[in-house]
Amino acid sequence: MRRLEWLKSWEGLLLAILIVIVVLNTFTTPHYLQAQNQINLFQLNIEKIIVALIMTFIIINAEIDLSVGSVMGLAGCVMAFLFERGVPFEMCLLAGLLTGVLAGAINGFMVAHVGLTSLIVTLAGQIGYRGLAHVLLENRSVGNFPDWFDRLGQQPLVGPFPVALITFFVLLIIALIILQWSGAGRYVFVIGYNREVARYSGVNVRRVKMTLFVMSGVISAFAGLLLAARLGSMRGDTALGTELEVITMVVLGGVSIFGGTGSLFGVLLSILIILNLRNGMGLLNITGEIQTGVIGILLILSVLLPNIGRGVREAWSRRRRVQRIRVEE
Amino acid sequence: MMERLKRYFRPEQLRELSLVFLIALIFLFFGTQIEGYFSPRIFNRVTSDVAIIAVVAIGETLVLLTRNFDLSVGSIVGLTAFAVGKLLTFHPDMLPIVALLSAIGLGAALGLLNGLLVSFGRVPSIIVTLGTMAIYRSTLVAYPAGTKNVVTNDLPQWILDLGRVQLFSIGEFNIRPVVAGALVMFVIFQLVTSYLRFGRRLYAIGSNPEAARIGGLPSERIVLSAFILCGAMAGLGGFMFLVRYGDLTPAAAQGMELQVIAAAVVGGVSTNGGSGTMIGALLGALMINLLQQSLLRWLVISDFWVDALLGMLILVAVTIDAVIINRLRNIWSQRGLETSPVDEKKMIEEESPDA
Repeated sequence: MRRLEWLKSWEGLLLAILIVIVVLNTFTTPHYLQAQNQINLFQLNIEKIIVALIMTFIIINAEIDLSVGSVMGLAGCVMAFLFERGVPFEMCLLAGLLTGVLAGAINGFMVAHVGLTSLIVTLAGQIGYRGLAHVLLENRSVGNFPDWFDRLGQQPLVGPFPVALITFFVLLIIALIILQWSGAGRYVFVIGYNREVARYSGVNVRRVKMTLFVMSGVISAFAGLLLAARLGSMRGDTALGTELEVITMVVLGGVSIFGGTGSLFGVLLSILIILNLRNGMGLLNITGEIQTGVIGILLILSVLLPNIGRGVREAWSRRRRVQRIRVEE
Repeated sequence: MMERLKRYFRPEQLRELSLVFLIALIFLFFGTQIEGYFSPRIFNRVTSDVAIIAVVAIGETLVLLTRNFDLSVGSIVGLTAFAVGKLLTFHPDMLPIVALLSAIGLGAALGLLNGLLVSFGRVPSIIVTLGTMAIYRSTLVAYPAGTKNVVTNDLPQWILDLGRVQLFSIGEFNIRPVVAGALVMFVIFQLVTSYLRFGRRLYAIGSNPEAARIGGLPSERIVLSAFILCGAMAGLGGFMFLVRYGDLTPAAAQGMELQVIAAAVVGGVSTNGGSGTMIGALLGALMINLLQQSLLRWLVISDFWVDALLGMLILVAVTIDAVIINRLRNIWSQRGLETSPVDEKKMIEEESPDA
């Protein structure tokens, strides 16, 4: 009985939802369970789920990064811009990643050292980095990257698995080890739970926050380059609006938006839910914009439902306490 | 000397004054760069565009004051503009006032949903409005299957005229109805936030939500009204958007929320709640739009720079706020510690007239 206790938790609920979606999808579309469709399902959103891993750290740390979509776009655009001007392709990729480091460092500096709220800093970043991406490529679309790069993004590397998917699983394992089992992971939780207490306990809050934002920049840039490889071309508005879905994945996964609690296991479940939901809707010919609307509903419900649940539970325990007092009297 | 200066002058005013100065600087600089910059045509363009952003920014400021965010205003503007445009396409003989009221009503209803989720559902506003931003936009994309766009030719004549006629003119510069409407809204809400109980309560909740709750303010209801008003203003903005542009696609006003928040923040409205003025938001909107319209016509750098500059401007504005204005505020607030006993007695008498 004890063992089944966790089923009542948020993760248990997510698992139940996931099973319902998978069963529904299997019945509505016959080729849903085929291996190729399952890989496609990951592959079509692989950049977002990679960014969701670092976003989990950021939100547990009680911060938010709204600029991830723009950093993805900017990194890809820097790479494409340099490539267009005949810079060796490897250097272009490196420049793309460095763009991510720089963007993340600016965000991190403003949050950790100047002491501004991450919401407004990364909102400014969202506008500014996207603006720079538009400055670089204006309204052109740049493509014709080297063959190996396109192949890396579009074709399987080992067996049926493309490189991005393998990267995701490697990053997932690293993130899991850092967040759940290492000292650094404890710091991330403690700062998110109570920044002041963490500071007085001798945790270097600034360094942790700075590191997280730089990592967020690098990983977003990396995801942007993967996206460029998958699409085969870059435009100024590539990866627009990614932050909505990434934040939804994390918050739906049970990570508190106020920081301090959450687990990667929950995030993984919510990633699977969103991917399967999108895949199912796609197979039913529901357009992308409407899918985004459904994701929006999911985002709100993922915070609203636990709140309602807590409210009901509090009301219950209050009633029980009142009854007990009456009995004692 | 210092004391007198402190009494008649607040750090916020310094900020507003420097914005006016900056706007004048931008104006003069581009005047030397762009031919015919001071012509009535450009004046009309800029004022009409500022009017839309300013109206929405006024609503957004109400929400920001309570330490909340509304990221869905762009979608509300788009949705109301589109819905009213469609309404007028199918019922061209509708009374203008009914069309205007239905835009405001629809906006208020969308704001109501945001507000309910934030104040009674206790979901953080950033999450709610990030979600409704997507939901409202996808409603817009999903609803009119087949006939996707609103086209000028289908709209009744009066709505097109409304965007062009002059209400009155100063010299050669015309004031259009849209601009006059925005100015009226600005005056109303400046008065509401400075003098009315509702307005002052917005500041109280924003500067310390916990204290406001313990002090017995009906926080939920006030936050809810702020969101409804913000939605209503976005609805009005949507109506103005329709009047201004006529032709609409489902992507209408996409990303406007960022401009609006930028306008408020550059104008000194704090995202931590509890500080900021309507005149600041208006000046912020004016500055951002002037910059945008000017860069569009300036041949030296491409107008793609607008957004990049906007992002930088927000960062600079909040940094100045954190570093300089806060320090000034501390200097100002030290006055309270140095007041003479006579003053204190007077203050007590003023506060409790029946004692």
